[in-house]
Amino acid sequence: MEKFKNIASVPTPLDYSNVDTDQIIPKQFLKKIEKTGFGEFLFFDWRLKDDGTKNPDFVLNQEKFAGSEILLARDNFGCGSSREHAPWALKDYGFKIIISTSFADIFYNNCFKNGILPIILDGENLEHLFVIAIERDDLELRVDLKENLITDNKDFYYKFKIDQFRKKCLLEGLDDIDLTLAHSDKLEDFEKKLGSIK
Amino acid sequence: MKPKTLFEKIWDCHVVHKEKRRPTLLYIDLHLIHEVTSPQAFQGLREHNRKVRRKDLTFATMDHNVPTINRNKIDDKISARQIQTLRDNCSQFDIELFDLSSPYQGIVHVIGPEQGLTRPGMTIVCGDSHTSTHGAFGALAFGIGTSEVEHVLATQCLWQNKPRTFEIRVEGKRPKGVTAKDIILSIIGEIGTAGATGTVIEYRGDTISSLSMEQRMTICNMSIEAGARAGMISPDHVTLDYLKDKPRIKDLKNKEELFNYWSTLATDDGASFDKSITIDSVKMSPQVSWGTSPGMVTGVNGSVPNPKNEEDPVKRKSIENALEYMGLKPDTKIEDIKLDTVFIGSCTNSRVEDLVAASKVIKGNKVSSNINAIVVPGSQLVKYQAEKLGLDKIFKEAGFDWRDSGCSMCLGMNPDQLSPGERCASTSNRNFEGRQGKGGRTHLVSPIMAAAAAINGRFVDIRSYNIDFGEY
Repeated sequence: MEKFKNIASVPTPLDYSNVDTDQIIPKQFLKKIEKTGFGEFLFFDWRLKDDGTKNPDFVLNQEKFAGSEILLARDNFGCGSSREHAPWALKDYGFKIIISTSFADIFYNNCFKNGILPIILDGENLEHLFVIAIERDDLELRVDLKENLITDNKDFYYKFKIDQFRKKCLLEGLDDIDLTLAHSDKLEDFEKKLGSIK
Repeated sequence: MKPKTLFEKIWDCHVVHKEKRRPTLLYIDLHLIHEVTSPQAFQGLREHNRKVRRKDLTFATMDHNVPTINRNKIDDKISARQIQTLRDNCSQFDIELFDLSSPYQGIVHVIGPEQGLTRPGMTIVCGDSHTSTHGAFGALAFGIGTSEVEHVLATQCLWQNKPRTFEIRVEGKRPKGVTAKDIILSIIGEIGTAGATGTVIEYRGDTISSLSMEQRMTICNMSIEAGARAGMISPDHVTLDYLKDKPRIKDLKNKEELFNYWSTLATDDGASFDKSITIDSVKMSPQVSWGTSPGMVTGVNGSVPNPKNEEDPVKRKSIENALEYMGLKPDTKIEDIKLDTVFIGSCTNSRVEDLVAASKVIKGNKVSSNINAIVVPGSQLVKYQAEKLGLDKIFKEAGFDWRDSGCSMCLGMNPDQLSPGERCASTSNRNFEGRQGKGGRTHLVSPIMAAAAAINGRFVDIRSYNIDFGEY
């Protein structure tokens, strides 16, 4: 996995709570057998109108947020289906960071496996980011994972919490399977013990 | 010894490796795979020249894409390729596959239990969020992403942070017509769709103990809809009775030893949970979802909410958005909602007991002229058992379509989909926007409520029928 780098970007405010993975990528796009090429289907039913043209009212289609790498979301983002196609689509579209008050467990986990950083923020600070994302035209949000820091090009300053091990894996781009295979001896011992029980 | 919960007992005996401030390396006893979330995992194995560590603990079936009519002729080329890819992968890595031609093929969460692959005390994973279903047997069972599917294939382990425990006690004698589906929808309505995030739920209390295994599966199945990592129920005599003659269990040499072990797994008296609530089932009524999230439910005698009465602006907006999508006016009575489609199926409610109960409502009646109604049994074995009971005739005579097994209209990856604006009473688990088809409108209900809706063309209170559903 690629090592996670610092990000500076305009944030895209997605003003819905309980966004489920069926919305992030609808089921008709889960039939591919590859990991890539899902970006064009991200938020498909919200982003595109029935005739296939862009829905100008949807936030991702607004010029101001073009090329954004940070998604602002609300409570319980990524709930529902375990489909990893959801983080694949977000990443392929260009998002590297998602900031919300809370995430669904499986989605949260899936993000880290794909080099996406999900950040949990308190309601008040998130609300502030939603307001300035709309109001300010010069806004640039900067995320420094090494320092656990979110700042902007003005006076926003926030130290976020993150599991130290997950942070290390992102920063170093570690492969989970390699980490596990480093414990092969223990695994073999465990299986021997298991064999004697069953 | 300190009293332990069921979860703690299972967790503790599956730890392969742990160290401070790190996730725990947990051993996995059973890995179920299907066609949608596995192809990229197998590709990953090939790219790194890795093998499947424990093919004897890995089982596969195709369920999501499978057509329920003419199942061997898949018109959608991309679906056909995904299904063929699963066949090829199982063949290359030597994994047992319940293929479309097998009499035991079906929804992965239906066939695991009915084959006796699912057992108490196990850790069970699958690249599907409804893996929580298997927790009904006193297993720790949870959904994982495709990267983790690859990880389990390669190592038979997973890195896991220990979740918190959440006791949900359901007490009292549930009224007739209130099913396991109504219990779990009531729970989600009460605690919310993120009410159990970061936790493993153990359902307890006399209402839960009185449920059959199939009903317990319905409850555990929808744990994920409350945000839980897993849902589980301590094994008891009902569990052991269900398991004793299952195909993969009945001839085991160490059967007695296993059954003795399984009876020790229940949560100890005095064990403590991180969080506990108690819910009274005596006051429950049959539930109907009105919105686009499984927490948006009310009793059949209730009405669609009015967003004006919601003070929280974020929640108000959610209600407004949901009502707009669902094409419903505030304060509409649930019983005044007219329907176009009825779907009885899915890993939540497609087992024999579900079909028997629904058939009691259907028998001698006709599906309302404006309704398309289908029954999709959870597995080919369920279909066979139901046909032996003559249920197919009851459904067909009433005007239902009687199909082959699969996930079908629960998520519409196969041709069974709603059209834009089509309104469906569904026994499935998710009423998300577009879940059953773009623009489709889903109302989650129990099988007997769905059956009554099919006859009446609108929701009616199943309690107004004088039918003996037995213990259902």
